[in-house]
Amino acid sequence: MVWVLILAVAGATAVVFILRLWIVLRFQNVTPRESLGLLIVAGSGGHTTEILRLVGSLSGAYSPRHYVIADSDEMSANKINSFEFTRADRDSSPEYIKYYIHRIPRSREVQQPWLSTVFTTLRSMWLSFPLVQRIKPDLVLCNGPGTCIPICVSALLLGILGIKKVIIVYVESICRVETLSLSGKILLHLSDYFIVQWPALKEKYPKSVYLGRIV
Amino acid sequence: MKSAFVTVGTTSFDDLILCVSARENLQIFRSLGYNRLVLQIGRGKVVPEPFSTESFTLDVYRYKESLKEDLQQADLVISHAGAGSCLETLEKGKPLVVVVNEKLMNNHQLELAKQLYKEGYLFYCTCSTLPGLLQSMDLPTLKCYPPGQPEKFSAFLDKVVGLQK
Repeated sequence: MVWVLILAVAGATAVVFILRLWIVLRFQNVTPRESLGLLIVAGSGGHTTEILRLVGSLSGAYSPRHYVIADSDEMSANKINSFEFTRADRDSSPEYIKYYIHRIPRSREVQQPWLSTVFTTLRSMWLSFPLVQRIKPDLVLCNGPGTCIPICVSALLLGILGIKKVIIVYVESICRVETLSLSGKILLHLSDYFIVQWPALKEKYPKSVYLGRIV
Repeated sequence: MKSAFVTVGTTSFDDLILCVSARENLQIFRSLGYNRLVLQIGRGKVVPEPFSTESFTLDVYRYKESLKEDLQQADLVISHAGAGSCLETLEKGKPLVVVVNEKLMNNHQLELAKQLYKEGYLFYCTCSTLPGLLQSMDLPTLKCYPPGQPEKFSAFLDKVVGLQK
């Protein structure tokens, strides 16, 4: 009897969850606004360089900017600081100075076996959700490193739980000409806007947005 | 002073370093008129011995804060297929030869190198075909690389998030 009850509750919860997810993904209201809090996921090496080029094109209205990096990634922290200082100098506007760097454990090291990746990703999720919940960004911007999966899932959860609808924008790396990265394949249907940089990908994935080479 | 710059970014690419520093290949560089070769070896285990003679100099280092200067001074850049290295070099308008690391599994960097080669912006090869390519390639045929346009991204984003100016 108790088992039936438990199953019923579990089933109902799953249904509500899926329904909420569908609602969050389906409806993108464009509410006019003057500023936008950003959460930017900076992966290692080239990922950070690419994402900073994108952030560099954005106006001062995109503030505050919260950067999330893997805890072992000092090179990205340096690149971000360098970028933000240069930008603040150039713009000489106090609002643009608001940025923060947060660190979470890597979801997956390069060439890490897939089975252990499940566990490290779950651990990253456990730590990402409180972070995203605290920041409550208006928009999450990412471009492919494994670090972005727990962050994007956390952002989705904020919507599903009715806390806040977060816009998820994914820009596939310029390296991806014909095939999507693993993060790309996962986030293609979970993001609000999925941007690719080569026409072959736009053809394969009509849902994506193609703006040409943007980095 | 004609110089060539070899870069592997933040990776290790011992096969390439071994290849370019091999005596017969240094000879190829010399015969093509180069009198300086700079090797940025990243995390690699192979560390060639730098030397300097009257006619030729070999410099070796792991990392620098920025490769801007070495790229600026180079007449030819030989690089691993990392996007950062490729794009930085192309944006400086330097002739680029990309060497693909066959030991890397699931080599997604290859896609970008192939595409840019198809569009005529660079040459690409493997370590074994590099010496042949160096001697046969015609650098002036390379096209000038137009930089990406991030402003298209910001225009798109401003519109979809409803940002009011």
